[in-house]
Amino acid sequence: MGWPILSVLTFLPALGALAILAARGAPGSARVIALGTTIVNFLISLVLLAGFDGSTAAFQFVENASWLGGGINYRMGVDGISVLFVILTTFLMPFCIAASWESIEERVGDYMIAFLVLETLMIGVFCALDLVLFYVFFEGGLIPMFIIIGVWGGKRRVYASFKFFLYTLLGSVLMLLAIMAIYWQTGTTDIAQLINGDNRLPESMQTWLWFAFFASFAVKMPMWPVHTWLPDAHVEAPTAGSVILAGVLLKMGGYGFLRFSLPMFPLASADLAPLVFAMSLIAIIYTSLVALAQEDIKKLIAYSSVAHMGLVTLGIFTFNHQGVEGAIFQMLSHGIVSGALFLCVGVVYDRMHTRQIADYGGLVNRMPVYAACFMVFTMANVGLPGTSGFVGEFLPLLGAFQVNSWLAIFGTTGVVLSAAYALWLYRRVIFGVLDKPGLQTILDLSLREKAMLFPLVFFTIALGVYPKPVFDITSASVAHLIAFHESALDAAALLEAAP
Amino acid sequence: MYTAIVFLPLLGAFIAGLFGRTLGARSSELVTTAFLFVSCVLSWIAFVNVGVGGHAETVPIMTWISSGDFTVNWTLRVDTLTVVMLVVVTSVSSLVHLYSIGYMHEDPHRQRFFAYLSLFTFAMLMLVTADNFLQMFFGWEGVGLASYLLIGFWYQKPSANAAAIKAFLVNRVGDFGFALGVFGIFYVFGTLDFTAVFEAAPAMEGQSFLFAGYQLDILNTLCVLLFIGAMGKSAQLFLHTWLPDAMEGPTPVSALIHAATMVTAGVFLVCRCSPLFEHAPFARDMVAIVGATTAFFAASVGLFQNDIKRVIAYSTCSQLGYMFFAAGIGAYNAAMFHLFTHAFFKALLFLGAGSVIHAMHHEQDMRHMGGLAKHIRFTWAMMLIGTIAITGLGIPLIGIGFSGFYSKDMIIESAFAAHTGIGNYAFMIGVLAAAMTSFYSWRLMFMTFHGEHRGTPHHDGHHGHDHDHHHAHAIHESPLVMLVPLGVLAIGAVFAGPLFYGLFVGEAAHGFWHETLALHGGEHHEFPLWVVFAPLVASLIGLYIAYYYYIRHPELPPKMAAKRGMLYLFLYNKWYFDELYDFIFVRPAKALGRILWKVGDGKIIDGLGPDGISARVLDVTRGAVRLQSGYVYHYAFAMLIGAAALVTWFLFHPAGN
Repeated sequence: MGWPILSVLTFLPALGALAILAARGAPGSARVIALGTTIVNFLISLVLLAGFDGSTAAFQFVENASWLGGGINYRMGVDGISVLFVILTTFLMPFCIAASWESIEERVGDYMIAFLVLETLMIGVFCALDLVLFYVFFEGGLIPMFIIIGVWGGKRRVYASFKFFLYTLLGSVLMLLAIMAIYWQTGTTDIAQLINGDNRLPESMQTWLWFAFFASFAVKMPMWPVHTWLPDAHVEAPTAGSVILAGVLLKMGGYGFLRFSLPMFPLASADLAPLVFAMSLIAIIYTSLVALAQEDIKKLIAYSSVAHMGLVTLGIFTFNHQGVEGAIFQMLSHGIVSGALFLCVGVVYDRMHTRQIADYGGLVNRMPVYAACFMVFTMANVGLPGTSGFVGEFLPLLGAFQVNSWLAIFGTTGVVLSAAYALWLYRRVIFGVLDKPGLQTILDLSLREKAMLFPLVFFTIALGVYPKPVFDITSASVAHLIAFHESALDAAALLEAAP
Repeated sequence: MYTAIVFLPLLGAFIAGLFGRTLGARSSELVTTAFLFVSCVLSWIAFVNVGVGGHAETVPIMTWISSGDFTVNWTLRVDTLTVVMLVVVTSVSSLVHLYSIGYMHEDPHRQRFFAYLSLFTFAMLMLVTADNFLQMFFGWEGVGLASYLLIGFWYQKPSANAAAIKAFLVNRVGDFGFALGVFGIFYVFGTLDFTAVFEAAPAMEGQSFLFAGYQLDILNTLCVLLFIGAMGKSAQLFLHTWLPDAMEGPTPVSALIHAATMVTAGVFLVCRCSPLFEHAPFARDMVAIVGATTAFFAASVGLFQNDIKRVIAYSTCSQLGYMFFAAGIGAYNAAMFHLFTHAFFKALLFLGAGSVIHAMHHEQDMRHMGGLAKHIRFTWAMMLIGTIAITGLGIPLIGIGFSGFYSKDMIIESAFAAHTGIGNYAFMIGVLAAAMTSFYSWRLMFMTFHGEHRGTPHHDGHHGHDHDHHHAHAIHESPLVMLVPLGVLAIGAVFAGPLFYGLFVGEAAHGFWHETLALHGGEHHEFPLWVVFAPLVASLIGLYIAYYYYIRHPELPPKMAAKRGMLYLFLYNKWYFDELYDFIFVRPAKALGRILWKVGDGKIIDGLGPDGISARVLDVTRGAVRLQSGYVYHYAFAMLIGAAALVTWFLFHPAGN
């Protein structure tokens, strides 16, 4: 490819943001520019996908330019692990803009700018092949999200945005220290070099570096017990903020584990896998039980997200093909499904301005199409076979069983609990008699809302019935990652055995 | 052709579900029903091709999941075991579709109803045509979804919603076992394809693996896990509580899903996996014991229920127990035979009950019925056939009787022939349960159709269904679209047994089943005369007791009920399972969720974490209103903590030791 497609994908949204500035943030044009930019960006990402070669684990579309000096360069590239997250981001962005079309009325221009800048930073995270560049994108993504919650959020937005910021920053700072340490130790920040084993870090150092990165990624995922920022952030965030938070930002943690923790610190990863397993299983069971007790729709879905992310971390640290690939798939699937669920909440929130479960009931009487869409996403959330959620739950658990059957046994209890909270939510919101006075005149999906939800319904089912296209892309990279991880362990074992 | 059998119902579901509102109710009904009939005809052709002709086939469709060395395909497997199920599912389903046109004709959401029915049929067909465990799991959960949707079809009724969720959740508990079984099968065999797994199974006998911290026998463990799934789907003891509640759904649903097809999926699973169970003696014993105990338990609860549908529901549960203990003692073909005949007479009984309920304007309590025979003669006759079939009346030695006579006696005799402790247990339970079956079945007949009509008190809003003109009509016979399916099923209830006896369990069995079932010896057993007559005698005793209490002395039962004896209450309240589960599982889970949320997340994590810290930080930044100004402090503070942690670490863990 003759043109730097990754840079274009990354910075086109920022250009869109500039265009909105140039239009002085007029609401009408801001919306149009934002939607246009995100759609064009999505189309460009399809070109990327079409040109992507799934048969190799090597980085593709690599760009390299000198940047800060001292070996810290502007390096971009994608492989089978990252490319789909780029697509996921570009895919979800137009939905976010569309979801904000009518519900955001104040400072529309600023809002759209924040989202477009956020897109730039998110895509940058998945494309960056230099640690410092990665850190800039990773950390930078905090700011627009912080602003989105803090400015356009609900009543307790300051508390929520503060909590979000405190948690994620705490993790990021530790990661920054670790990155500095890696640079001193190896003299490079080139990710491709660092993860191919030429610069293997000593084991003693691996452990604390692993923890430093872990702090950051665990908060992002979020893993138990550093998950409490998520429900608050979701509740206060505007709909589109929740979609992007659940859909993409959480995935940065999982991506980080795959991109950095496993290949750069293989020994520490293997040593500390039991810790991750324990935290994952607690997350699955604990947050599922907490979800049962929720009274706020968004909080319930937020807790369910934590449980689902528990499956992701469980899968990643199995170090086997099904576990890791399943974790990637679960992240993609969850990106679509939880994004869709938050959109669904947004639909009724826009009409009723409440998220309390008790304020709803019997919506199916007046909103049959909405009820049908919500049903599909609910079923995907509980992992019904035939939806993408099943593939994403089944494979990590299948992988986990191969490590230790206990992992699968505890992990699978989540299957029972998720059905409990999800169906209970559905029943209280959708079924029953429509007797709340405020709901008597509620309208079913508008054309705009249908245009948002129908494609998500399609992908939820299509990926559940035929997930192969995803695996065709990820397979080679995952196989490489696992083979590399195993060879690293073998090498260490040999070293140990040597006198 | 096989693809058409499976996918026509899906197409019908799509059309009725997506375009039903444009097409109108009548077209949706016609399209789905017509597709089902085509599917049914093709299934019978397949039955002849495969079952009689012996041309088993697999039809690959496409890859499903492929991850590393794990590959699972969408494939239709059409062998004898499959075609038997195909015939059962599509026959009952097409008749139920037809019947529903009449039964649901007042319902404003008929399109949705027919879409769900067809969707269910599709899922069930995927289940029975599965070529691997995962596709079976797809069908397995798919029927669960359809069942959930149909039980909760009248979504304005809180009781229907509760029943729907309960069905889904209890099934999920079973699926928990099924899923672990599937994980284990892949772990042990490296594949989920039936053929490969079954071929490798004999070599695994006696080997063990580490499961849940114990060194356990592989095949026994896997089979027990799979059986837990079967227990959920087939409502066996401990996981049975959802089935009676599922009667909240419209009656055609009860006939199709909760009697003839879905609930038999567990039996099908055990039979399908008979090559595994053959090498898993412990698991088989468990199947037999659970099956026999369920047969007894459910029959005992069925004795004193007053809701006509609940009686039949417990009866179903009990009959499924028969099938399981047959499978557990190795008589898989007898289990399948009973599954086959049971589908006809149980669907007949349910649809008959539906006709009664229809005639009574949605009254289900038998205490308010009585003397209906003269009003709805045809329904009465059909129910009579069903009752004779289920109670297994027939003439031993000569071997003439209705369907249940052949299949149930076959099971009871096989249990005796096993000559094992568990076989004897199953035999005794089988005979005892036969007496109880006979009692509650005849009790149902007598309370509903005979004696004096006891009349209906007003029951408004209780069933949530639109029946404002409740008292306007007299008791009336159902329309022809409802009676024709009854007639067809009655033919099945009479002849399915004698006609297919030879193929399923008789001389031709080996040529019929081929390798799809593990069949035991072809030797013909000679049974003592008392064994042959035991089921019949038991059945007649049950009939007599029912006759004594409900025809001769109908004043006695209400008096006995009023006394509320211990045993009566225990049985009437279904052995208090619901109360027990609510106490052990449901409440604690909710309470625990609340505690973890308020205390775990709120007090401990947030209290020690962000809230505690933020309280300190806010002390510092108090008065700083603008977000930006706070931000610098937070950053600095976070840096400080990070640095402190780092220093601490280096102090205690000097690098490189």
